[in-house]
Amino acid sequence: MDDDPAVLARQPVLTMRGIHKIFPGVKALDGVDFRLFPGEVHALMGENGAGKSTLIKVLTGVYPIDGGEVRLDGAQLRVSGPGEAQDAGISTVYQEVNLCPNLSVAENIFIGREPRQFGRIKFAEMRQRAGELLRRMEIDIDPGSMLGSHSIAIQQMVAIARAINISARVLVLDEPTSSLDAGEVEQLFRVIRSLRADGVAILFVSHFLDQVFEVADRITVLRNGKLVSEHPIAEISKVQLVNLMIGHELKVLTELEQRSNLSPEEAAARPVVAAAQGLGRKGAIAPVDIVVHEGEVFGLAGLLGSGRTEVVRLFFGADHADSGTIEIGGVAGALRSPATAISRGVAFCSEDRKGEGVMAELSVRENIVMAMQAARGWARPISRRKQDELAAHYIEALDIRPANPEMPVGNLSGGNQQKVLLARWLATEPKLLILDEPTRGIDVGAKAQIQELVVRLARDGMAVFFVSAELEEVLRLSDTIGVLRDRTLVASLPNVDLTQESIMSMIASGAES
Amino acid sequence: MIAKIAPIYRHRLFWPVAILILLLLSNLFFTPTFFSIQVKQGHLYGSLIDILRLGAPLILVGIGMTLVIGTGGIDLSVGSVVAIAAAIACGHIAGLPNQDSVSGVLIAIAMSLALCVVLGLWNGFLVAGLGIQPIIATLILMVAGRGIAQLITDGQITTINSSPYSLIGGGYWLGLPFSILVALVVFALSAVLVRRSALGLLLEAVGGNAEASRLTGIRSRRLVWLVYAFCAVTAGIAGLMISSNVNSADGNAAGLFIELDAILAVVIGGTALTGGRFSLAGTVIGALLIQTLTTTILTTGVPPETTMLVKALVVTAVCLLQSPSFRARISRRRAKPVVGPDIEQIQEQRKVPA
Repeated sequence: MDDDPAVLARQPVLTMRGIHKIFPGVKALDGVDFRLFPGEVHALMGENGAGKSTLIKVLTGVYPIDGGEVRLDGAQLRVSGPGEAQDAGISTVYQEVNLCPNLSVAENIFIGREPRQFGRIKFAEMRQRAGELLRRMEIDIDPGSMLGSHSIAIQQMVAIARAINISARVLVLDEPTSSLDAGEVEQLFRVIRSLRADGVAILFVSHFLDQVFEVADRITVLRNGKLVSEHPIAEISKVQLVNLMIGHELKVLTELEQRSNLSPEEAAARPVVAAAQGLGRKGAIAPVDIVVHEGEVFGLAGLLGSGRTEVVRLFFGADHADSGTIEIGGVAGALRSPATAISRGVAFCSEDRKGEGVMAELSVRENIVMAMQAARGWARPISRRKQDELAAHYIEALDIRPANPEMPVGNLSGGNQQKVLLARWLATEPKLLILDEPTRGIDVGAKAQIQELVVRLARDGMAVFFVSAELEEVLRLSDTIGVLRDRTLVASLPNVDLTQESIMSMIASGAES
Repeated sequence: MIAKIAPIYRHRLFWPVAILILLLLSNLFFTPTFFSIQVKQGHLYGSLIDILRLGAPLILVGIGMTLVIGTGGIDLSVGSVVAIAAAIACGHIAGLPNQDSVSGVLIAIAMSLALCVVLGLWNGFLVAGLGIQPIIATLILMVAGRGIAQLITDGQITTINSSPYSLIGGGYWLGLPFSILVALVVFALSAVLVRRSALGLLLEAVGGNAEASRLTGIRSRRLVWLVYAFCAVTAGIAGLMISSNVNSADGNAAGLFIELDAILAVVIGGTALTGGRFSLAGTVIGALLIQTLTTTILTTGVPPETTMLVKALVVTAVCLLQSPSFRARISRRRAKPVVGPDIEQIQEQRKVPA
């Protein structure tokens, strides 16, 4: 391995050697080596199930290790919980913000370690110190304000501020950007870079390759619980990295590139599946006109909070429209509830898989049959044999892993949970499938599978709404693209000669077309 | 061999059943004839039969409570519903010219259970219709219901003398106490209703994730409504049983604190208070465990003042044994720790340069 001498001249702050972690029946980590230098951003890459989360949990003391050693500053580290890890100088900021939205920013930063005098908390000093810390990180907010009143991005940065304030030498960022928009990601990266300059060692986990290439200095790739390799970022390309992660070349994506879009004329010639006129909801989305045809993929692009989700929720009756009309599958009339929309052939995969998608403690089989069963009502149960058939069919067709229909869905990885949700809806044979961020937070392999599935379903005549924060993906899959800005549909264009840049400029300026 | 034993040991009803058996066996120590069942005049008698008979109302209330808790709710009003059901039935029977009239008793039962349906729908309306938190919504009827029951009985204890009515709680049929048969039938019907239809699955979905259920097209409001009505009916039947057993209705004392025992029975039976997966069989085991405990304490001569304390200890033990995090902690303690210097050492070393 050719290494950057400037970094290697320093001693690694953290080394993990020959780490083994065994779960019943699975070798989650199999002799993994890992090192982290002060003042570097180190990306840990791998598909879901490769062992990234396990490695982080071993490092932060959530799991005890079954073999190998962890050294921090040369001394062997033995921690039995996140609290102890934090005391030793290893702080973690998770994907979901684990703070108290009902307390102030300053209180959140100092919670459990408040400056005290005679048992009384010195609020003024606390606010002042929090203010200094935030200024140093170039976050311009009032430390006395309620945490919950800020965006998720700011909350995440407050979580980082808290971690830093515990004088972290090692900062673990687990999928910190998955709920941030482009501007917020940039803001977060500024903070990350300034921490790096201060000598903090940052372990960064993300599914967004672009972001990894933008911010990381060094990459470690894991696959199936084993170390694949470690590279300085400059010496590896995206394609190489993806191939290392999945262990073989990804052909699906290139096939997708060659797929030809429906031309506007072709689309218009097809039967209309859903048509909305002036459909809107006060405070959520300005009235929109959208027509979707059979076999058409309608992509929705826009920044976080631009109204992408709000539009598609109106097509599903998840929220009530307070203006306009909607006609789905030839049936006109307002959608009073999701059940009404489902009866007209609409299906909806929410962006919030955990909160609005899976029933975590129910099995894969039960989750798959749920929408179908709900449509039939409780008095007409689906026979167990039929349930088993359905589960077996979709587990195979969508490559759901592990292929165990009786496993609680909560134990599956994000990508596989997403596939279970897709199976749930495909079983209802919808005419219009709404996918809101179906590939967020899932690994490249599963992502490609889902993209391929969308294309195949459209080819078979299904109309699809495809919402994603990743423009690249929207461009690749959509026949028509709706661009949203400030809760308004600013353009609705056939996907001909569109580029990421042209869409970005529409988002930025709201240009007419 | 070991592989076959392990799943039994891990079964979620293993600990409640084990403790139930242990409790029953410990009775043998105090009462050598504890397990003997005699036949007197064609009826079965014995301590075990008594436990079943006295536990029947709790089993009934527990069954309704299980479904409510399964949806992520809770019903605190069952005790008051018990009292109201008892008051209505006894009040009607007391006014009959002939208290032994079977049709009169049947009308009393029908009136009483019909009112329970209304009460349950009221709870369902507050929870599913208005979106009030279940614990608050049912607290309303818990408090108001005692008053309603006392209004019906005029603040008195309504005493009756009706042989058809006393059959429900104190009579025998086919050699068994009638109340056991009632509890058995309600249990069997509920189990069939819940597991043979898709009701159980949909309830578990609603309890597991209400918003996801709505977005999957489950009409959860109707289900929640239905479940509270069902729970009130089971509580009503329990009320009939309790009042029949003592031939009177006491608006103040009937079913007092039964909601707490019912919730306990549900929890001991392995249903989480957060909703989702529920087990009717588990609740029956839980109810029997609570009743056995009460009986055991009475027969062993433990002073009655300490009854609640002993009960609390056993319940704590069962809940701990069932708790996944407690079990994990126990097994982690058994696991061999990795050898290495302590965290304190590392902190010591780091203090030096600072």
